[in-house]
Amino acid sequence: MATRELTIGFLPLVDACLPILAQEHGFAEEEGLRLSFVKDVSWATVLDRLLYGHTDAAHMLAPLAIATTLGRGRPAQPLAAPFVLGLNGNAVTMAKDLAARVCNSDAFCDPVMVGAKLRAEVDEAVSAGRKLRFGVVHRYSSHNYKLRYWLAACGIRPDIDVEILTVAPPFVADALANGEIDGACVGEPWNSVCVERDVGTIVLATAQIWRRGVEKVLAMREPVLDDRREEVEGLIRAMRRAGKHFIDPANTEENARLLASENYLAGDEQLVARAISDKLVLTHGAVPVHFPDFMFQHSEAANFPWVSQAVWLYTQMVRWDQFEFDESDAEKAARVFRPDIYRTALKATGDDLPAANSKVEGSVTQLTQVGTQQGSITLSENKFFDGKTFDPVAAKAYLDALP
Amino acid sequence: MLQCNMRVMKIAIVDESAARASIIEEGLAELDNPEIHILTDRQGLLARIEQIGPDIVLIDLGNPSRDVLEEYFSVSRVLSRPIAMFVDESDDESIAASIDAGVSSYVVDGLSANRIKPILDLAVKRFNAFARLQSDLAEAKGKLAERETIDRAKRILMDSKGVSEPEAYAELRRKAMSSSKRIAEIAEAVVTAHDLIGGD
Repeated sequence: MATRELTIGFLPLVDACLPILAQEHGFAEEEGLRLSFVKDVSWATVLDRLLYGHTDAAHMLAPLAIATTLGRGRPAQPLAAPFVLGLNGNAVTMAKDLAARVCNSDAFCDPVMVGAKLRAEVDEAVSAGRKLRFGVVHRYSSHNYKLRYWLAACGIRPDIDVEILTVAPPFVADALANGEIDGACVGEPWNSVCVERDVGTIVLATAQIWRRGVEKVLAMREPVLDDRREEVEGLIRAMRRAGKHFIDPANTEENARLLASENYLAGDEQLVARAISDKLVLTHGAVPVHFPDFMFQHSEAANFPWVSQAVWLYTQMVRWDQFEFDESDAEKAARVFRPDIYRTALKATGDDLPAANSKVEGSVTQLTQVGTQQGSITLSENKFFDGKTFDPVAAKAYLDALP
Repeated sequence: MLQCNMRVMKIAIVDESAARASIIEEGLAELDNPEIHILTDRQGLLARIEQIGPDIVLIDLGNPSRDVLEEYFSVSRVLSRPIAMFVDESDDESIAASIDAGVSSYVVDGLSANRIKPILDLAVKRFNAFARLQSDLAEAKGKLAERETIDRAKRILMDSKGVSEPEAYAELRRKAMSSSKRIAEIAEAVVTAHDLIGGD
């Protein structure tokens, strides 16, 4: 089989791991693929390179893929996401003094309790004539939507009571250090960098806000996906194998070293290892705390692009961009996620393939067997911290009922 | 030329490389009297933009402030002079050329394409010129470093084998030819080996 090339754009974050490891461990090669990578420092540039053909596919914020399809921020171009690169993996880090007041614990705090204490802090700040400021990595990011979901459910109005602004991940620690922001929701290794520099304390994992929240996707332009369907299916198989390798604790050290190397994250492999192993140091000098599923890259068909998750992201876009819910836009958003491609790629491999393309998000509160194309898989808890559930067929009603 | 009804075009160049920014500025000076602002600092960027109120913003693709800037522009949609991403879709070719050159642009809504295109085209030219300068410079630096390594390797051979300079060079060249490598690579190996076994 002749080797075919795919060029993939990424930002230096731990959750760019699957395509990188697919290449480094030879899984891509076994599919007749050679992957090359283009590293950038902003999502805007990752997106531009994808749209103008510098790359074939990209590590991309799931909401940004949907926003691009809907023409928000740029002229509309349909993107397709046949593979979810991972669930969660982000955290909320706060300035040390604020963290100490809202989360008096050596572990991750309870989101309801932190929310209540934070609300008091927010009120106090407002009466002193100032607003607490939180950084997120991008307007169209799961970070933004999870942070806002949590704040709003705790009675803090994100656009009124506090200020939420975009801060590029590498500058979050600086922004915390110089008081530009009071907290941030960012991916790894940047929370750990704040802790290492002793400028912040990790308070919550986004997995506590939505236990199975969609994070990055592999995004492509729709016409490119159609053209290169065979290669993409090979890439999906290679990334599934990379995921299996990634979650095996025996490989943590090796994968941390690979990802931290100059060509990829160019970072500290000890910090990368913390995210991979779900063992984060929350305050400077403390012992690591294990939070299972901090990052969720493989098990329980984690990479399956559930259409219901795309629709949830659309509801949050409507909610925070403050435009009208539109059925045809909701359908366009739903079509960004392509379970059909994922299925075709994996049907002969015996991998877990859910029987449905959509599910009621947040409805699994205990271990549950769900049907697959053959047999079943067990899904564990996927709830939202406030106990709400999201039924994609009643998206508008869901939205109307949110605070 | 009747241009009195057109106000002066304000162009902001956001680039952490001051050298490249001034090369672009120089190129844009060809235009009809634009007002050009160069912003190299990440700190206070948005406040500066706000103050300037540019008609067009040029920013390099490698700039880490792009997402922050786009967030600001999308919020500024509600302001009196909203800034759009790029020009309009009909001008995709010059946008593609600018992305290829490594520059992205943001333009005030309603600015006509025939005023924007010459700016983009010039920016692309200057970006490409700067990239060429840099690669020439890198090549020149590389050559200089290679020359130094070869000189060091020759000296090591001269000292350790008691040969003359031409003989030392001939030996490096022979080895390079027989192993189909470049002389600089062989010289590098000699120097590394020498350093490893504790030479000075």
